[in-house]
Formats: sequence, C-alpha cells, structure tokens
Amino acid sequence: MCRVGRVALQFLTEHEYDVVRRLADQLLPPHGEFAGGGAAGTADYVDMTLGAFDFDPPRIWAGGPFSGRFGGDASFDQFLPLSRLEELAWRTRIEGSRGEAEREWNGPVRGWQEIYREGIAALGDDLDLDRQPELKQLLFEHACEACYGAPEYGGNRDLTGWRAIGYAGDVQPRGWTDAEVTSA
Amino acid sequence: MPEFDVVVVGSGPGGATAADILTEAGASVCILEKGRNHLLALEPPFAGLGRLSNDEIKFQRRHFLGPDPLLEPRTYRHSAADGERRVTGDINNMPSTVGGAGFHADGKLPRYREVDFRLASEYGPVEGADVVDWPVDYAEMEPYYAEAERLIGVAGDHTGNPFAAWRSGPYPMPPGADMFLTTLTVPAAEQLGYHPYRAPTGANSVPYDGRPSCNNCGFCAFYGCPIDAKGDPVAMLRRSLARGRCSLRPESVALEILVDGGGARATGVRYLDADGAEQTVTANAVVVACGAFETPRLLLRSGIGNSSDRVGRYLMFHLQTIVLGFFPFNVHAYKGRDVTHLMDDPIVGDAETVSVARAAGLPFLRGGIVEHGGSGHPIMEAMHLPPGAQHSALMAESTTRDKMVAFTMQGEDLPQPTNRVDLDAGVRDVWGLPVGRITYQPHPHDVLCSHHWAPRLEAVLRGAGARGTSWVTSPGTPGTIAPDLHPMSKHWMGTTRMGVDPRTSVCDPWQRLWDVDNVVITDSSVFPTSTGYGPTLTLVALAARAARALAASM
Repeated sequence: MCRVGRVALQFLTEHEYDVVRRLADQLLPPHGEFAGGGAAGTADYVDMTLGAFDFDPPRIWAGGPFSGRFGGDASFDQFLPLSRLEELAWRTRIEGSRGEAEREWNGPVRGWQEIYREGIAALGDDLDLDRQPELKQLLFEHACEACYGAPEYGGNRDLTGWRAIGYAGDVQPRGWTDAEVTSA
Repeated sequence: MPEFDVVVVGSGPGGATAADILTEAGASVCILEKGRNHLLALEPPFAGLGRLSNDEIKFQRRHFLGPDPLLEPRTYRHSAADGERRVTGDINNMPSTVGGAGFHADGKLPRYREVDFRLASEYGPVEGADVVDWPVDYAEMEPYYAEAERLIGVAGDHTGNPFAAWRSGPYPMPPGADMFLTTLTVPAAEQLGYHPYRAPTGANSVPYDGRPSCNNCGFCAFYGCPIDAKGDPVAMLRRSLARGRCSLRPESVALEILVDGGGARATGVRYLDADGAEQTVTANAVVVACGAFETPRLLLRSGIGNSSDRVGRYLMFHLQTIVLGFFPFNVHAYKGRDVTHLMDDPIVGDAETVSVARAAGLPFLRGGIVEHGGSGHPIMEAMHLPPGAQHSALMAESTTRDKMVAFTMQGEDLPQPTNRVDLDAGVRDVWGLPVGRITYQPHPHDVLCSHHWAPRLEAVLRGAGARGTSWVTSPGTPGTIAPDLHPMSKHWMGTTRMGVDPRTSVCDPWQRLWDVDNVVITDSSVFPTSTGYGPTLTLVALAARAARALAASM
C-alpha cells in the first residue's frame, strides 16, 4: 500500500483505506494510461472528504480563481471558509445527524462516515460491493470525482484521470484561442 | 420615515437590474440576498472575490452556488394523485447566491418575437391550457430589450436570424468564436432547410463595460466566470453599489413582506440575517425578484397578492428535448461558450407542423430554440457510465462527452392552472419554513411537439456525421427512457402572471401586485406564457421597464 502526499489518515483506518483503494479499482479499473481508481487516489480523496472538518477551513470547496496549471497564481489549495449554515449542512452530510436536533429538522440523516464505516465492515473477504448497494453508490460517485476532478481534493494523482482521457482540466487563465475553439 | 426608498429581495438578473435602474434614478436601495456572496467585494472598488474557478467538484457536486438541498429541500409531484409528494430534495435548483441565476447560466440571450406576446389573439384558445396575450407587446418592449442587451453586454449577429423580430440597432458586441461542432451541424441543418444562427450570448467577445473578453474556457453553464467576462449581474450590482445608495445584504432570508394595517401597502420586509437574528428593513416599495419558485413561496408565506387565487399557478418549464449525436471523432465541446448557435425553426413551424397540429386538434405546434452544444465535463460523464470492467475504457473512448453533440430544444410549455408552486407543510427548510412544492405535468401539446421534432433533429445530426443518435426529454414523457423524470430545466416561468384583469392575474401590466401596488415583481414569474426562448433577457427587459416606472412614481 502506498499513500502519496499525505502524512496521516484523517478518518479512514489503514484497513479501510486499503479496502477503499481496492474497491475503487473494481469500480474504475486500470485501462491504457489510466492507472485505475485506486492508484488515482480515490482513497485519499475519500479520506480527505470524510475528514474535511479536521482542516481549517474545511476541505469542502477549493479556492480560486486559478490552479496555476495554466498560468496565474495557484490558489485552488487555499480552501474557502464555510458559513454557519454551510457548515451545518456539510457536517450533517458527512458526519450524519447523530441525534442532534439542530441537524434533524426533517428527520435523521445517515452520514457518509457511517456509510463507509459500516459498509466496509459488512463486506466479506471477496469485497463484493453488490451486497452493499448504499456503499457502492456513494463510493462510485466519490471515485468519479476523485479520478476526474481537480487534484487539490486529494485524487487525480499526477493528473492520471485527465491525462488518460485527453482532458486539459481547468484552463483558466489561458483559456482556448478562437482557433482552438473553431478548428478540429 | 422608511430606511430605504426600495427594498429588493433577490440579487439575480431581475433584482440587480431593478437596483441598477433605481439607484441611477436617485433612489436608495437595500438588496436582501438569501445566499452567500461569492461575486464581488462590498467595498470600493467592488472587485471580484476570486472564488470562481473551473472546478467541477465545487460547482457541480458540492452546491457551491447553493441552495444546498439538505438545507433547502423542495418537493415534487406530477399531480394530486401522487399524494403529498413523490420526490423530496433537489428539484431544478437555481443558484442561491449574490448574482442569483444569472451566475450559472451560459448566457444565451435571444429576444422573443412579436407573436410571442399575443398567442391568444393570433391562434385562439387551446383546450386544457390558459393561453393569454401578454399585457405588453414587442413594440413597447423593444427599447427595453436594447437596454437589457447593453446592461448585460450581449454579443451577437443581428443579421443572422431570418425569423428574428425587428430591432433598433445591432448587438453591443460582435459574436464570439464558433465552436467546432457547429462547423458540422450548421451546414447539415441548412441542408435540411433550417436556419441556424450565431447565438446572442452574454459573454464578452471584446472588452466591454470594464470587463475582459471571454477566453473560451468552456466552463459557462452552471459555473461562475473566473475572469468576469460573462454577463452575469456583477456589472449591475457593481454600478448600484458604486453610487453609494445601495446596501447589499447577503445571507439575509426574507421571511415575510410586511404590510400596513389595511393590507394594501407594503412597509418593508422581515428577514433573518447571517447570524440567524430577526431583522426588519422598512421601505416605500418592495421589489420581489426571487425567481418563479421562491417569489410565490414568499407571497404565500406573507399572505398577500392572492385575491385571484393565481399565486403559484401557471408554473411553466421549457420541455427540453435533448437529442444526442455520437460522432466517430472528437468534437471537443468543452472548448468555447457551451453553445454558439441556435435555430428557431421549431418555434416558427412549417407546413408539416401545421399538419401535425391540425391532426391533433391544436391551433399550433410551437417548439423552442434548438441549442447546438455538447456535453459537460468528465465527472458528469463518469457518473453516467456503468461502474465496473468497461468504465475506464468507455471514459477513454468518450462517446458521451468528447465525441457527442447535443441539441437541446427548449420547447414551449403551455400554461395550466394545475401546474403550480405551493407550500408543503410536511417538509421544512433549515429556517423552519414550509418548503415549496411543485405540482407539474406537461400539456399534451408540449409532448406532441417534442416527439415530432426529436426525429427531425436526429436527422440533422446524422447529416452532420453522427454514427448514432438518441433522445430524451425533460421532464420525462411517455415512451422515453425516463418517463417519470421531473423537469430538469432551469427555465422557471409563471406563478405570478401579469395581466389586465385582477380576477385572473396576480400582477398588473407594470408588474405591481394588484392587491398591494407598491410590491413589484421583476422576475420570470410574471410571464403569462413561456414561448420557446430562454427567459433571462426578457425578464431583464421587463425588470428595466418596471423599475423605470417605479422610479418615476416615487
């Protein structure tokens, strides 16, 4: 197991991290230049997301306006602060409502942390995700985000996802020239 | 003595336009905006905040522009037969942020045509719908259209569309670069007798109004512009603030429009501030520009404007017919302004549509503009592919992104009184307020029109070189792959329709509530019919007209 660019896990245990990595390869397997969902950093993305509130500001919204990959000062890694209500929403989504009245104005909310922890614990040694459809759906969404989103969120390691599909990613402030837009 | 001349609720295109015109006329204005401010500093020189970016996770997956559906769910049902609701959550959410829905749009800004303002007179009634004329015609609207194009900054070719209404001058800017895919689709459409033209677009093709020209980054629809080149309401808000008579208050949730003891005059707005503390702002007039979902919700909550029982009714979306063409080579639709060509042929119709309409007992068959565009960015594609063995290979092949052209027809949606927004007391938002409930199903006209045009548009795509085609509709319609899909269109209209009779309309021809005439609605909720064009330019033109009238009356 190899983790890149992270000193310590925020939420996942080492075992859970390894399981997420292997499951990501099931969902988004290696192909051609694409190293697979595991090697692309899905487990790092999931861990950063589930542990978003271990950081200040929380790792929910990357900064702007530019990443520096196409010029300008790099600022994606300067995450944006949340408002009081945005923090409530994201804590509820990630941590669940935990029986707290402030988070349950429309009833209990099952959080992503619970879905991962309980879903992984319930998996057999064969890691058959079809027996854990709630985990499968959530992890699939997160793997897609991890592999094909901006790397500042913890995934898309070495831009493997974008490179494999010939996608430039965030192109500001360079943009595309008129000739690049109009020609094949 | 009221604190302000006018309080404006909502800072999107309608509210920003009203604020710009009212402050220019010397009025003091307080703008209450429910959402966060990611757009501009509130102190001189009102510079951009630098938070906008080409970031698919932030904008498409993590509700950066709001509203967060956990905080502000909505409910949906086709009809009362579904019970109280069938879906709870994100239903056609529009951005809830300073700048409102102008923020996320890709900025296609066509004008309506003369006939769009007088459908009832032109064609007569339609069974099951309540088609009416607008209380304003194109001739009266034309100067306001021109003003709206200047305020926003619209780039276009005024000679390109043979069906366009007359206009008093060219667009403020020439059109921007054509997307590659249109070099395929435009000739193919012309070959079949259609009339594509360069889309009037609220993105600068040259430096304009102190903002730079667009650099074609491809993150228009559903994103904010990182370089201020898009005609979102930033320029109007900046001008309003710079005059020193405007207070913009983000994270301020309007709870209720306050009225005097007799109920005939608004006196201000009660709201919650960013800390959740209740506040009141007083004013001589209230402009409501919350959009066609939130505006009726606020009126219903306030218990005003509804003597006609029309508040919330005649909700309209465009029935979107999304026709996909799969090409054997890359068309890189992620480069450019998302959509650079439109065609009006399905709105105008031809001998074939007349024949189909007659056979169905309809006086017309009116579709909508066809947008020549592509798909989105890769997370969106990845999410729509099946997980497992083939996923990564399909991503590399990119049949549904890099090799796909998408035509979207924004079909006219006929107004029906049963399509509505009302309050759902069974579900609450984070402030404890009953959420809005959408009850909606398309009229048979809309479905027939969609199903008529889809194969014709597939033929265009095949002529352009597509190896395969398919189509879906939003909302779902019988016979398509997702017949129960709720509407995905962001084009909300109706719900406080304007008219000449207080018994059958909510607003008068100047968009004032019949019941409380110092409350003015400046969003697309006042539209009596939907036409088949994007609503933003028309709502801005109407907002300019209504705001000038309000300023003159003060």
